[in-house]
Amino acid sequence: MSEQNFTIQTSNLSIGYKSKSETITIAQNINLDLEKGKLIALIGENGIGKSTLLKTLTGIIPPLKGEVTLLHKPLQSYKPLDLAQELSIVLTEKLPPSNLTVYEIISLGRQPYTNWLGTLSEEDTIKIEEAISLTEIQHLVHKKHDEISDGQLQIALIARALAQDTSIIILDEPTTHLDLVHKATLLKLLQKLTHETGKTILYSTHDIDLAIQMTDEMIVFTPTQIVQDQPCNLIQTGIFNTLFDTEHLTFDATIGKFKIK
Amino acid sequence: MPLTKKQNFLFIILLLVMVFLFLVNISLGSVSIPLKEVVNGLLSQKMSKESWEIILWNFRFPKAITAILVGIGLSMSGLLMQTLFRNPLAGPYVLGLSSGASLGVAFIILGTGFLPTFISSFFLSNYGLVLASSLGSFLVLMAVLLVSQKLKDTMAILIVGLMFGSFTSAIVSVLSYFTSAEKLQKFTFWSMGRISNLSWNEISLLSLFVLIGIGISFMVIKPLNALLLGEKYAQSIGINYKKTRFLIIMATSILAGSITAFAGPIAFIGLAVPHMAKLLFQTSNHFVLFWSTLLLGAIVMLCCDTIAQVPGNDITLPINAITSVIGAPVVIWLLVRKRRF
Repeated sequence: MSEQNFTIQTSNLSIGYKSKSETITIAQNINLDLEKGKLIALIGENGIGKSTLLKTLTGIIPPLKGEVTLLHKPLQSYKPLDLAQELSIVLTEKLPPSNLTVYEIISLGRQPYTNWLGTLSEEDTIKIEEAISLTEIQHLVHKKHDEISDGQLQIALIARALAQDTSIIILDEPTTHLDLVHKATLLKLLQKLTHETGKTILYSTHDIDLAIQMTDEMIVFTPTQIVQDQPCNLIQTGIFNTLFDTEHLTFDATIGKFKIK
Repeated sequence: MPLTKKQNFLFIILLLVMVFLFLVNISLGSVSIPLKEVVNGLLSQKMSKESWEIILWNFRFPKAITAILVGIGLSMSGLLMQTLFRNPLAGPYVLGLSSGASLGVAFIILGTGFLPTFISSFFLSNYGLVLASSLGSFLVLMAVLLVSQKLKDTMAILIVGLMFGSFTSAIVSVLSYFTSAEKLQKFTFWSMGRISNLSWNEISLLSLFVLIGIGISFMVIKPLNALLLGEKYAQSIGINYKKTRFLIIMATSILAGSITAFAGPIAFIGLAVPHMAKLLFQTSNHFVLFWSTLLLGAIVMLCCDTIAQVPGNDITLPINAITSVIGAPVVIWLLVRKRRF
């Protein structure tokens, strides 16, 4: 595979927080290569640092050591507007109260491309319509954002990220508040998007068995290491048993699921 | 997004209502001038009674202009704050900006007695008042902002505003204990709000500040729309958050500060008018809200002032009483209805 296919790479990356008095390192020596057109899941125990890693990859917090490269340029060298054209995010937190309709939310994804007043051009409208039809939410576009369900809102926010027309989309626990049907629908959508649009999609999740079935690659965040590989290879290495520091759970490699002892 | 037919229609209606209220506001008062004469007077400067001309040009017209400036300025600063703090109850009065401005003015009116005359005369000038009250509201806004970053809880921000209100009144009562009766009276009248008797000099100075504040607000329409998604999303779509926040704070302190300096702390306009705009236009698009807030701000303030003049009577009620009587129920109604803001 050629080097050109990588969208995000990290080399010897250390992540954590720096304050005046101390530096808290959460993980070090992280080497990741996120490829174009792949759906990648990030898994790990609560509080292990998944969010910190995602924040570092999206440039919200600077790396402690090492480097993140986005499309072969250092992430830190991007201006906010240029970064917004390459990388979009979908968060779990609720939107602040407003009268925004789903269509307006999606069209806000075009802000990196619009003029100072935010007027939508013809191209902007086309991109918005594309995002709506890819996510199949035509019936929702005129609803207010608090009139739709959590699952529908997640999809609308994904449509917004699509309208932003970036090569990478990073989602923070997109399946959290959803039931199994909506989890499956959402992951199917992400899978379809990576394969149809060639985007790199990275998402963090606690639904390990679904991730094993649906993703191209997984990044496993354990207390001792961070490993990136295809799900079937990861199962063979037995890394899932080191994921949680507990004796109550064991990973059954034959069915790809955790069992309670 | 382009305006819908309904929104265009509403804008035309509001514009007409504003013009009508402007004329009514000039026509009514202790002496009522017929509407026709008001139009004649404004257009051709000729009226059938000379006394009407004096009333029109020296009292009513400047007062109506001031009402419009105060209305649009306070409403705009309310809109900016509601979006910046993601809090539907934010407004210059509730967040304590007006209290901060009062404190500045209180120090000047009540406290200058301790200073030598040549210094106090500078501070007591209009420029001194505007400076002190803008500074006061700016400081309070900075404090509120600091708290809002420490505490993600939006209720805490309102409580801080409330605390500044109590703090101000405490300081003011200490100051008033030591000051002369005459100065105390001056401050009390100021604190009731006043939009009449502003000289043309004062009005042009006020319009300059309001214009600057509104101008900055117009520049941040696009980032304001991005902020509707929250700070993180806004940054992820290329908004320079620090710069945007700075511009919003500048605009609100200039607007709230200068208006409070000239017209006193006027309650609830800044909080209630943006909600009226959001309810009427059913949108969060700041391009629409910008113009509708301006129009509604002018309309509501003209309305309140007309009522405060008690048409056909010699008495004038303090403007603050009227805005509170109208504004407070609006806020309660909003809370009870738990509307989408």
